[in-house]
Amino acid sequence: MRIAIVDESAARASVIREGLASLDDCEIFVVTERRGLVAQIGEIAPDIVLMDLGNPSRDVLEEYFAVSRALARPIAMFVDESDDESIAASIDAGVSAYVVDGLAAGRIKPLIDVAVRRFNAFARLQSDLAEARGALAERETIDKAKRILMDSRGLPEPKAYAEMRKAAMDQGRKIAEIADAIVTAHKLMGGK
Amino acid sequence: MAEELTIGFLPLVDGCLPILAREHGFAEDEGLSLDLVKDVSWATVLDRLLYGHSDAAHMVAPLAIATTLGRGRPAQPLSVPFVLGLNGNAITLRSDIAERVGTKGKLGDPAAVGAALAEVVRERESAGKPMRFGVVHRYSSHNYMLRYWLAACGIRPDRDVEITTVPPPFCADALEAGEVDGICVGEPWNSVAVERGAGQIVLATAQIWRRGVEKVLALREPVLTEKRGAVERLIRAMCRAGKHFVDPANWEANAAILARAEYLDGDPVLIRRAIADQLLLTRGDKLVHFPDFMFQYREAANFPWVSQAQWLYTQMVRWDGIAFDSADAQKAGRVFRPDIYRSALIGTGEPLPGASSKVEGSVSQKTSVTTQQGTMTLESNRFFDGRVFDPTHLAEYIADLD
Repeated sequence: MRIAIVDESAARASVIREGLASLDDCEIFVVTERRGLVAQIGEIAPDIVLMDLGNPSRDVLEEYFAVSRALARPIAMFVDESDDESIAASIDAGVSAYVVDGLAAGRIKPLIDVAVRRFNAFARLQSDLAEARGALAERETIDKAKRILMDSRGLPEPKAYAEMRKAAMDQGRKIAEIADAIVTAHKLMGGK
Repeated sequence: MAEELTIGFLPLVDGCLPILAREHGFAEDEGLSLDLVKDVSWATVLDRLLYGHSDAAHMVAPLAIATTLGRGRPAQPLSVPFVLGLNGNAITLRSDIAERVGTKGKLGDPAAVGAALAEVVRERESAGKPMRFGVVHRYSSHNYMLRYWLAACGIRPDRDVEITTVPPPFCADALEAGEVDGICVGEPWNSVAVERGAGQIVLATAQIWRRGVEKVLALREPVLTEKRGAVERLIRAMCRAGKHFVDPANWEANAAILARAEYLDGDPVLIRRAIADQLLLTRGDKLVHFPDFMFQYREAANFPWVSQAQWLYTQMVRWDGIAFDSADAQKAGRVFRPDIYRSALIGTGEPLPGASSKVEGSVSQKTSVTTQQGTMTLESNRFFDGRVFDPTHLAEYIADLD
């Protein structure tokens, strides 16, 4: 079975490719370049095309499948064949699948399941990464604010932190928000 | 507690009404909380609508009909209770071609531009390099307007020229790279191409059909039934947004809102131009004012005329090469729901036409029409070739097109 993964994100494409490699009898092609997409798909002659929902070229691909006479076998969005549950799962995960007419549903399902799992895993990875970055940035801000309090009011470090924590508790806000306010105010007052 | 509605949209200027209904509190006044979901392809906007991620969607009108008729995928009945706007698209050609066929410094006469273009088309054909045009979707008004114009000028789409799909954000790129010779797209994408020196605007689609239906608000039929009350309130909120959108006093502020990252993520200067019906045809040139380039409010612009849905069906028959089927024609007509529009606006100050269908292209001067409520004067709604579309004679109309 020939599978084309069309994704402008090379990182995600490789995560999906790796997942699909565990399936038997699959030859996988990755297309990340927008230009000449249709020609590339024509050359690959895939049985299945996987494409993320955030790709502007979906309309291009759908038109190609609808009107192209270059393809020996027509391709349609797999919604024609599959059960509603796995369609919903794939839309939720953000992946669309186009399947050549006549491919047995039994062969499609495991593949879609893997793609959906990989898409979800990739999305989780990204949100974990964003969270980790956010946490790091918060810690930096807290450190900066602590330094400002220590310098401007001559407080020792634990006391500076305690002051921020107390302000946070009194106002029902997060320490990071208090720290952010201190840093912003300090900047506005001409500090560095 | 405000009722929530989720609406899908593509980042285009004519996605403005739901956005402004939310931003100016018109939706809130109607007890609605709008959640707007941005996507980058019509396929995804449609998928989200069909699989319940969204309740309603900003959509190219023919796609709502194609989906109902099961063109390209299994049929799912959609309903259109509100038209988001008429026209607002333009045809931009690569500069070397535009200079041969266009009228320097102003929009040309569609028939004259077409006649000049036909010569270029023949040359390119004999050189073995047929011209290519990009449109945003097969089932878009852009595609049908472009094809209507070309065919009426003796240029047969799919035989003399190729027409292919190019996503709006890639239009300027595709022109620049020579992947296509011309594009028919909405704003701000023509202006982006012009500003980059990738092409010149030669026609506005409003010159091809003065009052051509463009984007619609589409819902799955069962969702419309289930959320009828909320949809009617949304219609009232979007009508207010339309009134606000066309008022020059608000152009600046609305352009700034639409330009924001969560909406169009674009240049407010280009967006304001479109709102103000101004076009920069050629880079470095003066702005040209073309009245009713976009058409969002006057003459009950948002009224879903059954005749307009049926005109789109005739074009689908024509260009998909399918047989005319009177049951399908009726089904297509029923996608547009003037009954819902009327029910939402009865008792408000908005005019409601007496009829729900009209002979398209038949008005050539200001004509007052009978109404159910308020007063209404229609201005020219002509097709550039003078052809008239009478929805009571669909089969004859199609047969008469070549």
